[in-house]
Amino acid sequence: MEVESMRPYSSRELDRAESAEIEALIAASKEPHPDPVTWIDEEVRKNVLVTAVDSLLNWGRHYSLWPVNFGLACCAFEMVATAVSRFDISRFGMELFRPSPRQADLLLVAGTLTWKMAPALKRVYDQMAEPKWVLAMGACAISGGPFRDSYSVVPGVNLIVPVDVYVPGCPPRPEALLHGIIMLHQKIDKDTFLKKRQDDQAPLR
Amino acid sequence: MALKTEPVMINFGPQHPSTHGVFRMRVTFDGEVIVDVEPVFGYLHRGIEKLAESRTYTQNIPYTDRLDYLASMTNNHAYVLAVEKLAAIEVPERAEYLRVIMSELMRIASHLMTVGFILNEMGAFFTPLMYTFREREKILDLFEMVCGQRLTYNYMRIGGVSYDIPERFMPALKRFIDEMPGYIDEYDQLLKENEILLARTKGVGILPPDKAINASVSGPVLRASGVKWDIRKAAPYSIYERFDFEIPTGKMGDVYDRYRMRILEMRQSVRIVKQAMEQLPAGDVRAKVPATLRPPKGEAYGHIEGPKGELGFYLVSDGSPNPYRFKIRAPAFLNLTVLRDLFIGWKLADAMVIFGSIDICMGEVDR
Amino acid sequence: MTKPLSGEDIARQIGEHLHDAVTEFDESAVFVKGEALLEVARFLKESPGLDFDYLTAITAVDFSEHFELVYHLTSIKNNHSVVLKARCYERENPTLPSVAGLWQGADFQEREIYDLMGIAFDGHPNMKRILLWEGFQGHPLRKDYGGQAASTEGEVEG
Repeated sequence: MEVESMRPYSSRELDRAESAEIEALIAASKEPHPDPVTWIDEEVRKNVLVTAVDSLLNWGRHYSLWPVNFGLACCAFEMVATAVSRFDISRFGMELFRPSPRQADLLLVAGTLTWKMAPALKRVYDQMAEPKWVLAMGACAISGGPFRDSYSVVPGVNLIVPVDVYVPGCPPRPEALLHGIIMLHQKIDKDTFLKKRQDDQAPLR
Repeated sequence: MALKTEPVMINFGPQHPSTHGVFRMRVTFDGEVIVDVEPVFGYLHRGIEKLAESRTYTQNIPYTDRLDYLASMTNNHAYVLAVEKLAAIEVPERAEYLRVIMSELMRIASHLMTVGFILNEMGAFFTPLMYTFREREKILDLFEMVCGQRLTYNYMRIGGVSYDIPERFMPALKRFIDEMPGYIDEYDQLLKENEILLARTKGVGILPPDKAINASVSGPVLRASGVKWDIRKAAPYSIYERFDFEIPTGKMGDVYDRYRMRILEMRQSVRIVKQAMEQLPAGDVRAKVPATLRPPKGEAYGHIEGPKGELGFYLVSDGSPNPYRFKIRAPAFLNLTVLRDLFIGWKLADAMVIFGSIDICMGEVDR
Repeated sequence: MTKPLSGEDIARQIGEHLHDAVTEFDESAVFVKGEALLEVARFLKESPGLDFDYLTAITAVDFSEHFELVYHLTSIKNNHSVVLKARCYERENPTLPSVAGLWQGADFQEREIYDLMGIAFDGHPNMKRILLWEGFQGHPLRKDYGGQAASTEGEVEG
């Protein structure tokens, strides 16, 4: 077929490359990532200058947390419902759902993650610049949900990325998502800019 | 001087802003013109058909909600219809009327979402979506009044529905149905004669009727191509014969017709709900069905007209409480068969508009 | 109302045209031999009076000794429907002829059956996995798939 020959890459090659990536990720994701807990160094905290800078930075960060568009399944539509006229996530400065992870700070994983999709999640998470946070929305993102014993579902997003806030529900109401976001704001408030970040160890991919 | 060009392959990756879910397309371009499309899906394949074989018939009802999660009521309806066919269960009158009211309200909600997203893809960044979601929230409030959930209802049961409607439901529904034609007029007024909409959708992505039939397309996409085929009229299920409504069809099968179908179908759904409200009888809302249903050995295919097309469930029973085979005939999956034919020859900017007009939901495509 | 045609009626009509294709029939379905599937499908699609132009669904069922493929066909022109079934007794590499040339709607459905049940279709333009990734081992929807799906036989109250 002449159109087939116009494709720069053969689709079998692309499929095989994708499949190798998925198998590698399955092998590497046997243990869940530990939930990040911000350890605040007491010595550092006593320094007033650092505290003032911290408060300013944290204030700026939590009032304009830009999420990445990562709606996977049904929870995505409760996320959209939170963003539109009635529940209005714009009050929190978050109405800008960035299509590109490089411009975002929050990864809102909403819906069931399958092994086929997992490399894409890892890639999007790696592309985000520090500081970044992950919110797992819905039963499927937390633990696999009603599909936990399926052959193709990841039993919990924390096997792939470390998660900061878990919002349970199937799907969680927009008010529940907003509650989770406010908890994340409170967590960000306790953060400090002197914390060792992932960027220092590995370059941004 | 002849310009030397090379085809470029762009990956519309599984994570992209057009919120249709996790869908991937490898599109080959010659400059700006699309020459080939390869849809890749399976990014939301959760193995529902396999999981259903280890659950009982009633435990499978929540799984059906999560198929086309934008139209959970109609999914429930199709499944319980198939089980009732399999086990020969009669449904009481009041339950049938409630099912019809819920299904038609669901159709309106789903089409509101589709209209909002088609316009979103055209670049009307979220404004029409805000308007249509305003009405959709009213419908979701009605559903919450009845069964407590906003998105995945699990409302219908084998032999009826799970709860009767509370007293404040009917006045709220009446208020909504009286206002709804006014809202549809508002959308029409803003959009029907809009130059940008007409320029970007008229004549774009034409699907000829014989191709649509051959590709097993169903729902508004099929009707936009001029084929008058709607399961509610062709093979009436539940009590649809008692209602007076029309089946709108399109003339050309372009994106504009597919968009108009949804607006016209919303008007017809309002008509059906009005009639159902007037005729609603008193009585039981659930037939007496054993707690662990063991249908006799056999098979049944139950299908309905969902907002995306013909949704069917093919169930094979071997006499045990779990289905032996639970097959879902997903309209969105089959509607994607024509994707390649619709895209080729159009430009990059038209691609997402055509894709949005087919209106898929990944939960259904991948199951 | 879409009239479901009786198995006997259809079996007779097919039998007149294509001898030997029908193996048995019952009140709702007609069973044909796997090899004759394509000719029977073409006959059903093209003969006037039958005109089955719309393929509603293809399903594969795994009865442990054999696979059964169920084709639900509808005629939009005449508003009637029929159920066509074909059995395949091979477990290792089952193969059946593809009807994707007659109905384009069979394209994705046959790929899905290959992916989840392992039944390959001869003559399909693009026979490869569609829902799972290429390196996935096994065919999950088969009854003897050794993977996960845990069994929870539960008693449910209404």
